[in-house]
Amino acid sequence: MGEFKVHRVRFFNYVPSGIRCVAYNNQSNRLAVSRTDGAVEIYNLSANYFQEKFFPGHESRATEALCWAKGQRLFSAGLNGEIIEYDLQALNVKYAMDAFGGPIWSMAASPSGSQLLVGCEDGSVKLFQITPDKIQFERNFDRQKSRILSLSWRPSGTHIAAGSIDYICVFDVQSGSAIHKMLVDRQYMGVSKRKCIIWGVAFLSDGTVISVDSAGKVQFWDSATGTLVKNHLIANADVQSIAISDQEDSFVVGTAEGTVFHFQLVSVTSSSSEKQWVRTKPFQHHTHDVRAVAHSPTALISGGTDTHLVIRPLMEKVEVKNYDAALRKITFPHRCLVSCAKKKQLLLFQFAHHLELWRLGSTVATGKHGDTLPLSKNADHLLHLKTKGPENIICSCISPCGSWIAYSTASRFFLYRLNYDHDNISLQRVSKMPAFLRSALHILFSEDSSKLFVASNQGSLHIIRLLEGSFKHLHTFQPQSGTVESMCLLAVSPDGNWLAASGTSAGVHVYSVKHLKLHCTVPAYNFPVTALAIAPKTNNLVIAHSDQQVFEYSIPHKQYTEWSRTIQKQGFHHLWLQRDTPITHISFHPKRPMHILLHDAYMFCIIDKSLPLPNDKTLLYNPLPPTNESDVIRRRTAHAFKISKIYKPLLFMDLLDERTLVAVERPLDDIIAQLPPPIKKKKFGT
Amino acid sequence: MVEEESLRVVRCGGSELNFRRAVFSADSKYIFCVSGDFIKVYSTATEECVHILQGHRNLVTGIQLNPNNHLQLYSCSFDGTIKLWDYIDGILIKTFTVGCKLHALFTLAYTEDSVFVIINKEKRDVFQLVSVKLPKSSSQELEAKEFSIVLDYINQSPKCIAFGNEGEYVAAVRDFYLSVYFFKKKTTSRFTLSSSKSKKHAKNNFTCVACHPKEDCIATGHQDGKIRLWRNFDDEKKYTYTCLHWHHDLVMDLAFSVTGSSLLSGGRESVLVEWREATEKNKEFLPRLGATIEHISVSPAGDLFCTSHSDNKIIIIHRNLEASAVIQGLVKDSNIFTGLMIDPRTKALVLNGKPGHLQFYSLQSDKQLYNLDIIQQEYINDYGLIQIELTKASFGCYGNWLATVEQRQEKETELELQMKLWTYNKKTQGFVLNTKVNMPHEDHITALCFCNAEKSENPTLVTASKDGHFKVWILTDDSDIYKKAVGWTCDFVGSYHKYQATNCCFSEDGSLLAVSFEEVVTIWDSETWELKCTFCQRAGKIRHLCFGRLTCSKYLLGATENGILCCWNLLSCALEWSAKLTVRVMEPDPNSENIAAISQSSVGSDLFVFKPSEPRPLYIQKNISREEVQWGVFVPRDVPESFTSEAYQWLNRSQFYFLTKSQSLLTFSTKSPEEKLTPTSKQLLAEESLPTTPFYFILGKHRQKQQDDKLNEALENELVQLPLTENIPAISELLHTPAHVLPSASFLCSMFVNSLLLSKETKSAEEAPDDVDMEEEKESDDSDEENNYTEKVQDTDNPDLGEDIIHQLSKSEEKKLRKFRKVDYSWITAL
Repeated sequence: MGEFKVHRVRFFNYVPSGIRCVAYNNQSNRLAVSRTDGAVEIYNLSANYFQEKFFPGHESRATEALCWAKGQRLFSAGLNGEIIEYDLQALNVKYAMDAFGGPIWSMAASPSGSQLLVGCEDGSVKLFQITPDKIQFERNFDRQKSRILSLSWRPSGTHIAAGSIDYICVFDVQSGSAIHKMLVDRQYMGVSKRKCIIWGVAFLSDGTVISVDSAGKVQFWDSATGTLVKNHLIANADVQSIAISDQEDSFVVGTAEGTVFHFQLVSVTSSSSEKQWVRTKPFQHHTHDVRAVAHSPTALISGGTDTHLVIRPLMEKVEVKNYDAALRKITFPHRCLVSCAKKKQLLLFQFAHHLELWRLGSTVATGKHGDTLPLSKNADHLLHLKTKGPENIICSCISPCGSWIAYSTASRFFLYRLNYDHDNISLQRVSKMPAFLRSALHILFSEDSSKLFVASNQGSLHIIRLLEGSFKHLHTFQPQSGTVESMCLLAVSPDGNWLAASGTSAGVHVYSVKHLKLHCTVPAYNFPVTALAIAPKTNNLVIAHSDQQVFEYSIPHKQYTEWSRTIQKQGFHHLWLQRDTPITHISFHPKRPMHILLHDAYMFCIIDKSLPLPNDKTLLYNPLPPTNESDVIRRRTAHAFKISKIYKPLLFMDLLDERTLVAVERPLDDIIAQLPPPIKKKKFGT
Repeated sequence: MVEEESLRVVRCGGSELNFRRAVFSADSKYIFCVSGDFIKVYSTATEECVHILQGHRNLVTGIQLNPNNHLQLYSCSFDGTIKLWDYIDGILIKTFTVGCKLHALFTLAYTEDSVFVIINKEKRDVFQLVSVKLPKSSSQELEAKEFSIVLDYINQSPKCIAFGNEGEYVAAVRDFYLSVYFFKKKTTSRFTLSSSKSKKHAKNNFTCVACHPKEDCIATGHQDGKIRLWRNFDDEKKYTYTCLHWHHDLVMDLAFSVTGSSLLSGGRESVLVEWREATEKNKEFLPRLGATIEHISVSPAGDLFCTSHSDNKIIIIHRNLEASAVIQGLVKDSNIFTGLMIDPRTKALVLNGKPGHLQFYSLQSDKQLYNLDIIQQEYINDYGLIQIELTKASFGCYGNWLATVEQRQEKETELELQMKLWTYNKKTQGFVLNTKVNMPHEDHITALCFCNAEKSENPTLVTASKDGHFKVWILTDDSDIYKKAVGWTCDFVGSYHKYQATNCCFSEDGSLLAVSFEEVVTIWDSETWELKCTFCQRAGKIRHLCFGRLTCSKYLLGATENGILCCWNLLSCALEWSAKLTVRVMEPDPNSENIAAISQSSVGSDLFVFKPSEPRPLYIQKNISREEVQWGVFVPRDVPESFTSEAYQWLNRSQFYFLTKSQSLLTFSTKSPEEKLTPTSKQLLAEESLPTTPFYFILGKHRQKQQDDKLNEALENELVQLPLTENIPAISELLHTPAHVLPSASFLCSMFVNSLLLSKETKSAEEAPDDVDMEEEKESDDSDEENNYTEKVQDTDNPDLGEDIIHQLSKSEEKKLRKFRKVDYSWITAL
């Protein structure tokens, strides 16, 4: 494996924003997650929960509601009063439409998917018709006194339940009039609270309405008579979210104490058909408010202020013990937020609204294996670059020479030239960017920093030649005829001849930069690509997929390499396939062509192609054998995968030179320390 | 007279009432609990023991109501039999012999002819739940050999088995799994909890199980204090459970209420928790129950709960979580430091009870009379906490004074000592703290004794300590301008060559004090506190020391660590005799010269009874117990026995009780067990040990004042007063006849009042006790005796004619009553 000097970087002060809404789409098995900064992420549950799409946030667009309608259409609504539809192909906002009811607190699509209902601050419930390319206002329901915080359709589509403050209203969809008003008890543990906020409602097909409220209650109502049927007091704080399964035999609620409770419909006795709702298991995977929950057929999904997306599988629904049977916590985006200028030892960190440029520290000391070396020069914070406008940064990159920085928001593209004058840095914006360079999904500089590759959200790839202080547009690769699919991952060969680009679903395209034409397309694979890289000299393209498969494709020969075929034939180690975070970065050792360096959030791995592959019987995560053992044993136990789990959670790792690595870590404790304090709970024995 | 069988060691009460769940009768009037080889029937309203069902030859291990006749009770025992009882009359109806040790019993309503028992047939630790078919036959002794295994490899505790939903399934827990057997489907589902060594799951063990009476819901208790409610358990895949967590230590028992609307749980916290609607937030508590809750049971009528506690107590709790009655047996779960003592007033056995308490236990009624809180601090029940311990206690001056010593030692150098002196308050009938002495000595107090001489007008107490001193404490006037008071102060401090004082003892007349300093015994004059003489045998430290009594008061006995028993003559100041005997317990009989010594050998403990005057023992009983005997005590008999055989004469005036290491209280008896405690004799015994209550004064003391001078001489001995109430037949008849067969009060009133009126002349008191004895022993055919007796009365009571007539009347009344008694009134209860 070799020994490296490692820069262990912990000054990337990244805090993900809290999760606000979660919406599960049963048809495509995808999960939409919106965060408090307005960003929306789409996870593909079939592809090992890979975050395959991403819509950047916007300062004024705080989403309060998120829903899928008409199959694959995604809508969100927020406190700015707009309903937004997202374009899932081009990865941008299709349109925003004001509902004219003040801030929108809730939204629900009808069971048929043709109508959309929003609940507004002014107490109005508005019905929209979903047309193929837009939505159209249809009518208002009876206006209520206070804001509508939650909405739910009866699965038959005839009634809706709307949760407001202190009461739940049942509307008849046909007439739009309120037929029942169900007042909720304000009492909380014997004390009358000021208001009881209905945070969530769920309408079952048998007419039962389930409500969750700020007094910690889960209540069952009969919508036909408007009476309370059953009351479960489950928390000392607010119950903030509810999600019901499609079969209506279980539902999940999330509380402000961070607990998620599972309720199940179980038969009272095995002989009778009578059934009752029973609170079964509590799950405490969150430290803060659980703002949103979702119920997929096999898992309970929850997210909240503590920024984790937790997927808790229902063991009784999981048929075989596989990837789906494990609890998983998704905290970090499945993208690279760090780029590195190797020669100048610079790191560029991407935040939602600014970029930070740091110079790594250095040391003159030497030590044994495992020693922590003292720094002779501390890391320098060179630059803090704030964006203009309310939009979040989508992507950023620093050139390998360190003299160019490019970043993009949803509507603008920025390119900066950096001049180093000893310790002083001057920053110069390159003005007059061409009109077609508006928004980019991925930016990449060539190895010699002479070319800039930009993947725009229209699906085209632009090549720009960079000169001292100016630039020149060289070429644009238009997308394949008919498709508008955006490319979101790029890789360029170190010699600058080849450019590989992959989209969200289709295969990887390889372009020849020299001839400015499409060279070949790697055969399509079922799972999305998580990382791409082209090896120096051999020009082998290494592709990592979300199901943890790694392929090596020879660009000159337009075929998979022998090693890749061998590993596909033999299969990966089962522990390798069970890892739960995708590979986010691949790099190569300049002197050892047989080595591939890759990492995910919890491990760093060097694949040595010269060594035999491990089979399921060998130890995958084998520690380095003691040096005093004979070479024979070491050779026998050695296999191609050298894995190190020292650094975690690992956001970025790259080779600076032959003997130096840089690892960017983000300890979870540091993130929790920056979150608002959770609800204080008495812990027994303290 | 009493026929003399061989002397046997018998268990005398104090058995565990908390061994198994108590069972309520269908109407909640009675509560049944196992008690050693017996089953006790208590009234839930009065806490009194109504019947003792005896017949089993070994420990009773399970009781259940007969589901088909709620006036009958099934019981099973280690002796391999299942017995069916009529508990109202206390009659054994049937005995089914199964033939192997039965560990628990379950009955189900729908399986009319079979019951379920836990047995272990093959291996020692493998237990099975089997269903036993009970043959139907009119004969009393039946063989039940037909059984089929329901579940194998189960936990032996009946808490780990529960039948649910009208017997459709049975749930059993063991270690980390729950198995449910469905009778109809004949299938078993098994659910296993994670048992990994990691800290989180390490305490997942199941401890108990209960089934919901109406729904398919099983509640299980766990070692980490969690309660899991399992549902959907007919499907091994879709099963689900809820957790309820309040207990911080293991859940000892669980019970559902009759309707299933609430779940009761208890554990070491001594708090009964009621989970309403089985929800975590809706729970009620009944705290401060005193000791670990071992079992919880619910009455079939649903109005009462009861909890059995580790301190041998059963608390009956009303549905609204208010404790309504306490049945308290001998507390056994603490170390006995104080030894066995006899309270001179109540004749109760006194020893360590609950932590920090002294318990007063009535040997006759097998019931704790009361608890005296000595330490008077809240007891925090936590593992590894060093508690204050009550180490020594002693009664003085006929029970007027009680001295106690408590200590707490956290580190070697930090000793906290406290001596308390309690005075008996006649008004409150209890002990009141008089003097508290902090650090009476620098080191552990090894012995404590009062001077019990009759002539001494000033109470004196001596304490011996490891710090090398013994201190004499006397009662002095402690009055000030506010009140008159007395208090204890130190009068004299003695020491001998810096040796540790190990024992102290007063001679019977109080004139001499013997204090042993390691190997040396010193004799001190109690008037002047000067050292009279010393004895030294160089045979190891003195472990026990006592003076001889009565005719042997010139002897001093000492037992050393090295196994030598020495007897010194105080007149000649020389060693009289010595014997090689490893003495564990040495107890003098207060009523005779006899001294009992128990020696310990590898095979067991042997008893030697001897008089100090001669080295040959009067009586030897080998192997009285396999375990080490820790304490022993002579209890004076109320009614002297009359063993003619020389070997048993030492038991005539006192009875010897001893306590083994496993805390079983044993005694010697010649009677067969059936004879020993027949209900009638037991009632009379209880009568004789009446505590001195105001009612007692009406019946006893008040009359006693009218006695002539002859009697006054014997006033000190309360034994003599007792027959006074006994010899009025009307009263004794009134008190002995069960309340439910008595005629109406108006009918009895005149008779009762007349009997209390004073007659001018009374008969001699000496004869009376013997008569009563006769009556007791020949209860059944005593008509002749009876006549003699009345004649005697007539002889003595001639002058007042009216009185005579009344007595005559009462005699006829009495016969009537006797008739009433023989008629079967059991039908009344059925009303």
